Amino acid sequence: MMQLCGTDTIELEVNGEKRKVTVRAADTLLHTLREKLGLTGAKPGCENGDCGACTVLLDGWPIKSCLMLAAEAVGHSITTIEGLKNAPMQKAFFENWGFQCGFCTSGFIMTCHALATIHPGADDDTMADWLQSNICRCTSYEEIQNAVKQVLGKGDSSGVQGVVSMKEK
Amino acid sequence: MTAIGKDVPRKEALDKVTGAVKYNDDINEPGLLHVKMATSTCAHGIIKSIDVLSAWNVPGVRAVVTGDYLPVMTGSVIKDRPPIAINKVRYYGEPVAIVVADTEHEAQKAANSIKIEYSPLPMVKSPKEALVKGAPLVHEKLGEYKKAIDDVYPAAGTNVADHSKIRKGDMDKGWSECDVIVEGEYTMPKSDHIAMETRNVRVKIDPDGKVYVSSSTQCPHGIKDTLATVFSLNEGDIIVNAPLVGGAFGGKAPVNLEFIAYIASRAVGGRQVKLANTREEDIATSPTKIGLEAKVKLGATRDGILKALELKYFVDAGAYSDTAPRMAKTMASNGTGPYNVENVFCDALCLYTNNPYSTSFRGFGNMGHTFCMERTLDKLAVALNMSPFDLRLKNAISPGKGHTSATQVKITKSNTGDLAKCIYKINELIKLDDDLRVEVAKDKVIARGMSCIWKTSASNTDAISGAIIVFNKDGSLNLIVGVMEIGSGVKTGLAQILADKMNMEVDQIHVQMPVNTESSPKHWKTVASMSTVMAGRAVLSAADDAIRQIKDLGSIVLRVDPSQLEIGGGKVYMRSDPDNYVEFKDMVHGFKFRGGNSIGGQIIGKGTYIMENLTILDRETGKGRMGPAWTVGVQAVEVEYNTKDHTYKLVKAATVMDIGKIVNPKTAKGVVMGGMSMGLGLGSREGFLYGSNGGILNDSLRTYKVMRFGEQPDYMVEFIETPAEDGPYGARGLGEHGILGMPAALANALTRATGVELDQVPIDAELIWQLKTGGYV
Ligand code: FES
Ligand code: FES
Repeated sequence: MMQLCGTDTIELEVNGEKRKVTVRAADTLLHTLREKLGLTGAKPGCENGDCGACTVLLDGWPIKSCLMLAAEAVGHSITTIEGLKNAPMQKAFFENWGFQCGFCTSGFIMTCHALATIHPGADDDTMADWLQSNICRCTSYEEIQNAVKQVLGKGDSSGVQGVVSMKEK
Repeated sequence: MTAIGKDVPRKEALDKVTGAVKYNDDINEPGLLHVKMATSTCAHGIIKSIDVLSAWNVPGVRAVVTGDYLPVMTGSVIKDRPPIAINKVRYYGEPVAIVVADTEHEAQKAANSIKIEYSPLPMVKSPKEALVKGAPLVHEKLGEYKKAIDDVYPAAGTNVADHSKIRKGDMDKGWSECDVIVEGEYTMPKSDHIAMETRNVRVKIDPDGKVYVSSSTQCPHGIKDTLATVFSLNEGDIIVNAPLVGGAFGGKAPVNLEFIAYIASRAVGGRQVKLANTREEDIATSPTKIGLEAKVKLGATRDGILKALELKYFVDAGAYSDTAPRMAKTMASNGTGPYNVENVFCDALCLYTNNPYSTSFRGFGNMGHTFCMERTLDKLAVALNMSPFDLRLKNAISPGKGHTSATQVKITKSNTGDLAKCIYKINELIKLDDDLRVEVAKDKVIARGMSCIWKTSASNTDAISGAIIVFNKDGSLNLIVGVMEIGSGVKTGLAQILADKMNMEVDQIHVQMPVNTESSPKHWKTVASMSTVMAGRAVLSAADDAIRQIKDLGSIVLRVDPSQLEIGGGKVYMRSDPDNYVEFKDMVHGFKFRGGNSIGGQIIGKGTYIMENLTILDRETGKGRMGPAWTVGVQAVEVEYNTKDHTYKLVKAATVMDIGKIVNPKTAKGVVMGGMSMGLGLGSREGFLYGSNGGILNDSLRTYKVMRFGEQPDYMVEFIETPAEDGPYGARGLGEHGILGMPAALANALTRATGVELDQVPIDAELIWQLKTGGYV
């Protein structure tokens, strides 16, 4: 981890691209992605770690970007929803009506995509364990469950761009 | 080629799964200033002093504003609310001062530093307390407030914001015909919408007086109208832009943050400002769901025919009335539920308290009366020794039997649909005419409960909607409506309606997603589950207009009378000889003859709709027609209850609803399931808890519990289609209805499972334990 005082320029690796960005020490990764890099797919739903709307992947693992400082993300590979290209999970959400307003969708897809990548054979308990981190206020969750099961069933979740390391932490 | 009844994916679906979709707060312009609020830490008190000096000392601060800077009163029913408190605060969390600064953190830091002193007044924390003789007055000047509508009756010198009455039939006669009479008392707490996108807005004022608002709202045209009235502006100078909304559920229907953002922009010379709620502010400062205390008395003959019903509703509006009086009125008018009762007496009091104020919430009060009536019906079934299923079936409201609503509207097939059919159908999904409580193992009980539902809208009697169809040169068309896409898929549904009417493929219809009040026709508000019905009618009329123009032009080119022409597949053709046609692409931007001379021009269709035949309800009897068609239905819940630790699992939940016509089955089902999920959340966990200072204790998503993944039951949803004569293709509203009966069905199931009367929500293991044991271990 790096040390940062006041405002400084850091380099983040986002969706396979190295991006230089000026941040305050206190800026969260969510704030930096949205306000400085124009990556608004990750959403602020609570900025308190409770809703998962801000979920992005850090080295392939879902994290709540509202709970991480931008400075902490230096040296890691970050994947946002904008970095997913035709991922099966996106298609599955599309086909299963896995959203209504769509505000939770980026976060949910990132969590589900990581689940399918890391635990392609996840059972219902593992699925619930992972997905309880995110809130959807519009759907009944059944639609999201159907989407995830569609992908888990196929055990295929290619489509991540950028570097993803799958080592268990 | 009809697109009606097909699972057409949402037009904006691809944007939503790729993160490309832009909500209001995803659009940020450089140079905008940030607004933060200093909110009240006192639930009821006189503001003694506000020390803003320290705020001015924070670098980056451009303005610090208090209520006296631009004192206005707002309210869509009673003008009782200053956007920033003046002299007095009435709830914990009320905005008292605002700061405008270069960055969000500077604004927040400055807002936090403002010192406000109060002399506290005694608090009114519940409807009961509001009614006590000599209770502190939340609004001392209630009698002096201006009313925004005629039919609201605030009582000066009290905490009563409105009193709605129903007087139908002859109560003495009714009671005398009853063999069995039951009574119940019910409570539902205030709670929050929890749209995942918190409310946020940007405002700037140009030197020429134009006001640009960009908001996360259900009601862009309402913002325009309201800002014009409140701040005495020209309506045409106000331009409201509203992109897609990240969930609303009624919470984004009122004008709320827009007032403050406008004041803030004025304070910095019109520069663009942004005000975005934190989650905590969205819960504690912005408006919430009403609370309810109610008393019900219901009587029937020994055969189970309902004869008399007395309803007393005490609605907790909170500190300001907003739309709460309308919800209280809705409860009164629909409180019978979808049952025929000849003699009805109801007093619905809408009361001020020192709780956060309320606004419309999914269901608009109908969930409240449903809970009270359906719990009482289950009590009556026990008293009659009759199955709750039969009791409901017996009294189900139906056409052709002289049935009338509590507001004395004659029940027809068109205005209510077929409830009995819904009841029979749900029995195939969850067995309800059988044993409703089964012990399946040691400590384990399976129990089922049901609830009928109905809801019509409570819109303004002159609510309007409009649609514009503009053709592209390639023959495809753009549809522009004032309805907001808040997640219900309404705009896709409208495209399906238009595609059907134009006999075209739905992918040839492009729908403008954001609404802009400068160019989009007015749609009253995207509320009341009326958008498909109202805008659908406008779309059909716009299509008629466009078709007429196409046929007129076609008749010149094809040299036949317009009456001989048909349209379809992007062509206008002769009925008698379909090979004789003109393609849309050759005519919708004018038709060019061989020599180059041309006629026609761009085809632009327009359509409008206004609510018809609605009346204001009579003050003394409640007689009148409040909404168009009702949507009726029935819901059921199955739970598995652990008799040892009083926990329970949601096993199954079902809804059967008569929605007139299914425009998009998968979307309709999803919207209903989403409502059911929210209803189960309200039944099982949601509700505000208050500290001794009157503040909400659970004002974050860590402490305010909502349904989470994995807790959902198996959902089953079926539809019946009895057309409403005045809906497009017979369609009825359905957007809110999924929520209505869930708390009641859950409470009915759990009452059966536990053996204790569960007459309040939320119902959790602790409540059951307390009721069963008296709270002793
Ligand atoms: S915004 Fe990060 S968890 Fe809610
Ligand atoms: S789709 Fe609206 S919150 Fe999930």
